[in-house]
Amino acid sequence: MNAADTAFILVCSALVMFMTPGLALFYGGLVRARNVLSTTMHSFILLGVASVVWAVIGYTLAFGPDIGGVIGGLDFAFLNGVGMEPSESVTNIPHLLFMVFQCMFAVITPALISGAYAERIRFRAMLLFSVLWLLVVYAPMAHWVWGGGWMFGLGALDFAGGAVVHMSSAAAALAAAHVLGRRHGYGREPFVPHNLPTTVLGAGILWFGWFGFNAGSALAANGLAANAFVTTHLCAAAAVISWVAAEWLHTGKPTTLGAASGAVAGLVVITPAAGFVAPMPAIIMGLIGGALCYGGVLMKHVFKYDDALDVVGVHGVGGTFGALATGIFATSAVNTATGLLEGNPSQLWIQFISVVATWLFCYVASRILFHVVDALVGLRADTESEVAGLDVSEHNETGYQL
Amino acid sequence: MKKLEIIIRPFKLDEVKETLAGLDVKGMTVTEVKGFGRQRGHKEVYRGAEYQVDFMPKVKIEVVVDDAQVKPLVDAVVKAARTGKVGDGKIFISPVEDVLRIRTGETGVEAI
Repeated sequence: MNAADTAFILVCSALVMFMTPGLALFYGGLVRARNVLSTTMHSFILLGVASVVWAVIGYTLAFGPDIGGVIGGLDFAFLNGVGMEPSESVTNIPHLLFMVFQCMFAVITPALISGAYAERIRFRAMLLFSVLWLLVVYAPMAHWVWGGGWMFGLGALDFAGGAVVHMSSAAAALAAAHVLGRRHGYGREPFVPHNLPTTVLGAGILWFGWFGFNAGSALAANGLAANAFVTTHLCAAAAVISWVAAEWLHTGKPTTLGAASGAVAGLVVITPAAGFVAPMPAIIMGLIGGALCYGGVLMKHVFKYDDALDVVGVHGVGGTFGALATGIFATSAVNTATGLLEGNPSQLWIQFISVVATWLFCYVASRILFHVVDALVGLRADTESEVAGLDVSEHNETGYQL
Repeated sequence: MKKLEIIIRPFKLDEVKETLAGLDVKGMTVTEVKGFGRQRGHKEVYRGAEYQVDFMPKVKIEVVVDDAQVKPLVDAVVKAARTGKVGDGKIFISPVEDVLRIRTGETGVEAI
């Protein structure tokens, strides 16, 4: 066990925890005023629910002893055997600390999906879906990539969760948009953000917390963590520039929302790559990724699905591009893996397989779950509740007394 | 007595208020309103998607004055509120049957 690593990951766990209220602000500002609380709640309630589910059963499904490369065994259910001593697989920090670091990821990932179903889902449906999704989609994905499952065995690179966190939540978001349908009045009345300063603050908090997310994924206070910290920062910075540049060229004006969205897009892009690529390629990834995600957001108008807050455009497109770019730019100067540019094209192929498998599994499983939840408790608020806003109809409160 | 409902550009409020005060108007009611006329609305863009915002913010001033004051007031307000571009606003003039000051019970012109 290493004291420095333990101290560092303790702090990183707290940083990742802070991302979820940051996401609540980011999303909360993007909806109309009548839905600010329900949207905030979609993230914040998961700090409660997902944390408990994770400790009781989620953690062991993801990180328990491998069963056939598919799922973890129940050895760690109720945190049985998860104590102050290190585990067999992560030997430098307490097992409890590794568990709680992973817990923060399990909290924010289902919260990311909420951007797609915002402004129209019933609260009880959102709760039931999130719990089921954690167990049926997230835990297996985490096991496959980080818990010794089949993607890990294949050699797929995902440093901090491009597949586990971003592609998985984006695939679920696409399923949500397909199953729930469009919001009432979509395409006829304007759906404009009600409080962009809140959204920008949320993006800033996400950026801040992301240092814990990515640098902490080194699971040690070392040079790799520093590399992940720097690539994270530079990729986000470059994506701010490229998103704003893209929209400036496209619509004639640079926007604040574009800068905030670009930052998040860049952070998503670098997530799988942070501990595998060098700083300059991270800038290139950000410059491409920011503009690419701007295009990804415009895609929903072409395909006519109502992904309310652009989870697919930002996390789906960004996560996919980041996973593939990891297979291109991975370098032995940073970590053990090499990519296309160092003469290892097979890595790019492995990344491609993991991307396709992640999208397929997560979309299909999430879509089935949405239908199951719909049959059990009803997914969508009725039109009158939706028009009145979910704050009043689902929670009996309003965000602003003006 | 006549009531003037004066709808103007928000940034012209101070000028119009000073003008009215200078012409012996004893009180006014000011409301922030939204609406559209020939100016229509404006365009907003979020993440590359364009939205037409139909309703423009305007300020509505309501004053009640003696008949004789109407003409000079209207002339002065037009001079103060005018920019010459579409969207300068409108003035609606309507008759007022009676006015009552709640504190004293006075009515008519005395109560204005």
